[in-house]
Amino acid sequence: MTKLSNIKRFWISFILAIPMLVQMLAMPFHWMMPGYNWIALVTTTIIMAISALPYWQSAIAAFKKHSANMNTLVAVGTSVTYFYSIFAMITGRPVYFESAAFVTVFVLLGDAMEEKMHDNASNALEKLMNLQAKDAEVMRDGKFVKIPLDQVQVGDLIRVKPGEKIPVDGEITEGTTTLDESMVTGESMPVTKKVGDSVVGSTINNNGTITFKATKVGSDTMLAQIVTLVKKAQTSHAPIQNLTDKISNIFVPAVIIIAVLTFVIWYAFLGASPVEAMLFAVSVIVIACPCALGLATPTALMVGTARSAKMGVLIKNGEVLQEVSDLNTVVFDKTGTITVGKPKVTDIVGDKKTVLAVAASLEDASEHPLASAIVKRAKAEKIEIKKVEAFEAVEGKGVKAKFNGQTALVGSNRLLDDVNISQEISDQASKLQAEAKTIVYVGLNGKIIGLIAIQDVPKESSKAAISELKVRGLKTVMLTGDNEKVARAIADQVGIDQVIAGVLPSEKAAEIEKLQHAGNKVAFVGDGINDAPALSTADVGIAMGSGTDIAIDSGGIVLVQNDLRGVVRALDISKKTFNRIKLNLFWALIYNTIGIPIAAGLFMQLGLTLSPEFAALAMAFSSVSVVGSSLLLNKTKIAGDDAALN
Amino acid sequence: MTIAKILTIIIGLLLIGFIIWWFFGKHKEAVGNSTVVNDLQNATIVVKGGYSPSTVVLKKGIPAEVNFDMQDSTACLSHVVFEQLGVNEDLTKQKITSVKIPTDKAGTYNFACGMDMFHGKVIVK
Repeated sequence: MTKLSNIKRFWISFILAIPMLVQMLAMPFHWMMPGYNWIALVTTTIIMAISALPYWQSAIAAFKKHSANMNTLVAVGTSVTYFYSIFAMITGRPVYFESAAFVTVFVLLGDAMEEKMHDNASNALEKLMNLQAKDAEVMRDGKFVKIPLDQVQVGDLIRVKPGEKIPVDGEITEGTTTLDESMVTGESMPVTKKVGDSVVGSTINNNGTITFKATKVGSDTMLAQIVTLVKKAQTSHAPIQNLTDKISNIFVPAVIIIAVLTFVIWYAFLGASPVEAMLFAVSVIVIACPCALGLATPTALMVGTARSAKMGVLIKNGEVLQEVSDLNTVVFDKTGTITVGKPKVTDIVGDKKTVLAVAASLEDASEHPLASAIVKRAKAEKIEIKKVEAFEAVEGKGVKAKFNGQTALVGSNRLLDDVNISQEISDQASKLQAEAKTIVYVGLNGKIIGLIAIQDVPKESSKAAISELKVRGLKTVMLTGDNEKVARAIADQVGIDQVIAGVLPSEKAAEIEKLQHAGNKVAFVGDGINDAPALSTADVGIAMGSGTDIAIDSGGIVLVQNDLRGVVRALDISKKTFNRIKLNLFWALIYNTIGIPIAAGLFMQLGLTLSPEFAALAMAFSSVSVVGSSLLLNKTKIAGDDAALN
Repeated sequence: MTIAKILTIIIGLLLIGFIIWWFFGKHKEAVGNSTVVNDLQNATIVVKGGYSPSTVVLKKGIPAEVNFDMQDSTACLSHVVFEQLGVNEDLTKQKITSVKIPTDKAGTYNFACGMDMFHGKVIVK
């Protein structure tokens, strides 16, 4: 018996219930089916044995453990009507077999449909996993051979032909091509890739043959990480659920108490017959199933997080969704977030050769983006980079070292407290800063010998993304270690409201706190590695990904693509998902708060009552409508995503 | 008021009292322990109208699996969800579903059915 699926049980029970349905419809015409009571007894008994018995068993097992649940309600409702009808038949009273039968049929229908939709909702994740290639062409003993995906190892050379999928993450060693990365980044435009660029497993190679070295395989690949992250998000809780958790513990026993009261009040005080009172009580029990309440949050979370993952937006959990709906301020890091993050040297003031030689030699060991810009320029100018001694990095300010035996320094004006700056140089600096260029001072032997101006341009998409955020009523703030003038110039280019400049990396988190103390709900957008403290301090941390590393640990939201439009998408989908959760909960609660009084016969004088059969139908409909409403999240319009329209 | 009605009121009130005592009163919960075989500890939870036992204690440091033995055929308990572990398993696909529990550090992992109506926990200590 336990082998039958819910949908099969539903069909068997439904067919068996047809004679009772016919009788019900014929009732107004005063036609009685010959031998109806016997037909009803036999069919209902079979329905009970096949379909209602599992609910009874489950309810009894739960009862023994002092707990009650939806099954308890179904079991009480069906058994009361069924056993009463047998008693009524023996004693020659009217029977109510159809109530027992139809309640069972509708509950099963609700269960079966909900199961089906639940499967649909969780399917999205499986689809994500199925994106992976099944095998790979790997270099073995000087030849490329096809091997199954799970045998690919880090360091293997893999060849991918046009139209094929990239099997694992890696770095191109040969060839040029364009890749369709839409499945991981949500970006529909193909991306050009050449030697040295990184490729992501499961993306599709468009037009060139490439060979690449595998850097990440198995559970380390980006796709695998995305799947793990989404899985966790789907099973997570939203704080709003605490309400339903509390309700669910007391809900079912409370409903049974209401049903008992309904019976007593109707029979003892309002003069109803015992049978009428019983039907009211059964209706109360049947309509009150808390299914919809329990399904409201998990199904919406499941659909919302999977949908956003497809757009390159990874949401960690339900709590993040809830936080997003209260945001009023978005703080951006400048370098690499608003700007491209690949600064270039634009001007050199002073003796070009000497200035570059000193600066490049000192910065050679540094990993700062400005440093690499200087070193790059020096190499392009064929300037020799010398070894320096006594190297010392001053956090957020610059570097000091001995260059040819002389004290040299390279950095911002914060490093130059005890060094004289000539009027001419400082005029030049102001002029360049007004052009949104970052100034690096180069000092030698206690004297400033020149300036290097470096510019980092805003990303093409930044301006559009920021204006979209402003349309949504959010205040935008830029947080940067850069000089006020430079920061302001960049901010004006992209339309940022407020600039907080000259902030040391370690002070970023404190600046976020300041904004929070002023009563703001703050999201911080930055890269996952350098900005980890600020990301975790903010109410919502949005980490921008780059390449194949998704900074899983920092940030409540991770953007796979290094593009600010992802922030707009992330906020949009989070809000839509959370609103859907609220809508679902509202529906579910309304259903019960209105349904129970109607079923109890409170509105009898208005002619509004619910027989147990209709109560069961309404209950089944409520769970199905909640799941359906969650599935609709797949179709809502999100900024920059056309999937809903296809 | 007839005797039948008075009796109904009394029985109804007694029934309500019983429901309150039975479901809301303090009752002892069963706690299960794991068995260790070949450096792998196993614990079985029977799923039938709830989880029995609903609390399982595992030993720290030994790889562990919790087996869910599905004996309930209603939709209510068809999934088991471990929120902290990102696990959401369909229990109806096979009779016994095993869930690996990390035991490298002490802690409590809560689990619940798909609708968050039934709860249980695995304690590692």
